[in-house]
Amino acid sequence: MAYLDHAATTPMLDEALEAYVATAREVGNASSLHAAGRRARRRVEESRERVAAVLGARPSEVIFTGGGTESDNLAVKGIFWARRAARGDQVRVVSSAVEHHAVLDAVDWLAGHEGAEVGWLPVDAAGRLDPDRLRVELAAHGDRVALVTAMWANNEVGTVQPVADLAAVAAEHGVPFHTDAIQAVGQVPVDFAASGVAALTVTGHKLGGPAGVGALLLARDVAATPLLHGGGQERDVRSGTLDTAGIVAFAVAVEAAVKGQQEYAARVAALRDELVERVRRAVPEVIFNGDPVARLPGNAHFSFPGCEGDALLLLLDAQGIACSTGSACSAGVAQPSHVLLAMGADDDRARSSLRFTLGHTSTRADVDALIAALPAAVDRARRAAALRTPR
Amino acid sequence: MRVLAAMSGGVDSAVAAARAVAAGHDVTGVHLALARNPQTYRTGARGCCTLEDSRDARRAADVIGIPFYVWDMADRFHEDVVDDFVAEYAAGRTPNPCLRCNEKIKFAAVLDRAVALGFDAVVTGHHARLGRDGLLRRSVDVAKDQSYVLAVLTRAQLDRSIFPLGDSTKAEVRAEAARRGLAVADKPDSHDICFIADGDTRGFLAQRLGESPGDVVDAVSGAVVGSHTGAYAYTVGQRRGLHLDRPAPDGRPRYVLSITPKTNTVTVGPAEALEVSEVRATRPVWTGGERPTAPVECEVQLRAHGDVVPATVEVSADGLAAELRRPVRGVAAGQAIVAYRPDPAGDVVLGSATITG
Ligand SMILES: Cc1ncc(COP(=O)(O)O)c(C=O)c1O
Repeated sequence: MAYLDHAATTPMLDEALEAYVATAREVGNASSLHAAGRRARRRVEESRERVAAVLGARPSEVIFTGGGTESDNLAVKGIFWARRAARGDQVRVVSSAVEHHAVLDAVDWLAGHEGAEVGWLPVDAAGRLDPDRLRVELAAHGDRVALVTAMWANNEVGTVQPVADLAAVAAEHGVPFHTDAIQAVGQVPVDFAASGVAALTVTGHKLGGPAGVGALLLARDVAATPLLHGGGQERDVRSGTLDTAGIVAFAVAVEAAVKGQQEYAARVAALRDELVERVRRAVPEVIFNGDPVARLPGNAHFSFPGCEGDALLLLLDAQGIACSTGSACSAGVAQPSHVLLAMGADDDRARSSLRFTLGHTSTRADVDALIAALPAAVDRARRAAALRTPR
Repeated sequence: MRVLAAMSGGVDSAVAAARAVAAGHDVTGVHLALARNPQTYRTGARGCCTLEDSRDARRAADVIGIPFYVWDMADRFHEDVVDDFVAEYAAGRTPNPCLRCNEKIKFAAVLDRAVALGFDAVVTGHHARLGRDGLLRRSVDVAKDQSYVLAVLTRAQLDRSIFPLGDSTKAEVRAEAARRGLAVADKPDSHDICFIADGDTRGFLAQRLGESPGDVVDAVSGAVVGSHTGAYAYTVGQRRGLHLDRPAPDGRPRYVLSITPKTNTVTVGPAEALEVSEVRATRPVWTGGERPTAPVECEVQLRAHGDVVPATVEVSADGLAAELRRPVRGVAAGQAIVAYRPDPAGDVVLGSATITG
């Protein structure tokens, strides 16, 4: 099998898996006062320090959560609620048109249920946000904005955003800035303090850790109303018995991913460039999507004119090649990607897209397998799409 | 062969897919998303097109161990089945949407796409036999037989179809599903029209066609005996729900004899006036052999689960005419007439056509 879907999830690192298994064998609730509890707490706090150290945060700024979706929801809803509680007219949320659904739908939910108003920031054809647009937005509405949330790097087309510039604009207006850095950590340099953001989401399963564990880095002066109430763990912001084994494995993976980032990015970007070059040669009509330079090293994203991404995926899957259309399902049916639509693609182009993402286990053999299968798949997908012509 | 199994989320299509794997085919499962808005379709047990059905189908595919995808056929289904359904009623005919779905969606849009993608055939869980001789026959389970709704398929469509269930009874299929660990083993059968959420066909049509009040006329006396809010809501042979203002002069029950969209009239009459001995039909399809040149002695079925009547079928330039050996009540335009040749190995579908009168 050629696994070209590392942005969906990537294999666990051996050291993370070993750390998980070793820790999971130990009993202990990190909130307990006895020796077993103390041991668990030590593991959790060591993990917190490890994560903080490699991501440029203070240990007290690390809140462990049940993964990326929870961290995004905690940041978006929690900061919104806290800001509105502090000042009733701070009800505007500024976000981007290309966010992951974990942010997008949380923002939409606030608009639908909590009376939030939303300012959506557009992107250019490469999927890039423009800090000047944020400046205009905040100049117009700044005193009423509860938070700005914009991702560090896009999970579909791989475009990396000018996060530090955006955060600086938000800081000028005293507005907290949250970034979903799930796709960025371990792929590009990420430093919480240096970036100037107030909150940052990271998750385990995109960087060699387990799924279902992640963190929200939350600056100490930023309040967030909890989503989960209970035992008061994690600064009272996130109650629930800590997943000691998951947190330990997560920290091992974060540390390895961040420490190895440069070397990883160089190797994977070279392989990705080769993939792009060979796909272009095999299918000359392809359109390469996203920013060619400000881009995640493992991401290659194409539109195949005249094809449906769904059909290509089925055909490549049958040849043992795993990739993604990147589109979300609504009611079980694939919708054209909101990211590509926001970049100005029409419905057909959005539906003709496929994402190939490389990761730490990728090799040239994966690219070879893709190139071997792709031309025939494109040919067939084109024939199937031609049936769609209106009668 | 590389085959595509259409998986509705029900027990039949799940077992059909499993049998296709057992027969050595390379099988891919596909669930057809037919609803533009799945919430409006029948939920759970009774429908075939809800999210729950989609999840049931996916779970079955996982158990069987085959790839599984959802294909969005909502637009095609809407145009070719739902809109057609409404238009047929508006024209005073009684359509069969399952038959239309087979003709236009499952064995047309889906099959064409499958072939383009490199598949050799489509597998479904219909209860009918399609053997090596290429003849379509009734299922061994006559009560569950679905050859009637497949009889519209052309030779080319049948040549790319596989029906693995025709030699089994429904009870055997359920038992096999349980044996194979398929959770849909005891899921109830679907009976109703999947795109009419509450089963209220009349309300569904009224919503789309609007109210259009008109007269109910008695065929015997010629008198207006009642009124209706839309002639399209009636079906030939219908007795209930006529709400006549006046009882018929002869005091006997009245049935719908015909619907005339032009004058927006529903004509009613006594039961014997419903009796028909000759049926005309158009758009014939012959799959049981060559198109006949001489009159054929056979049996005909005039609606799904309807009685079977011996008949002589004569082919005309634009269709066929069937002389029924005994009169039949409630023959509705828009339904299919299917001709069968009785056979101990399963009655053979000779052909079908759409009833015009
Ligand atoms: C950008 C982005 N945000 C959020 C998520 C959700 O994270 P998780 O799967 O940990 O809930 C993902 C991945 O699924 C992602 O790529």
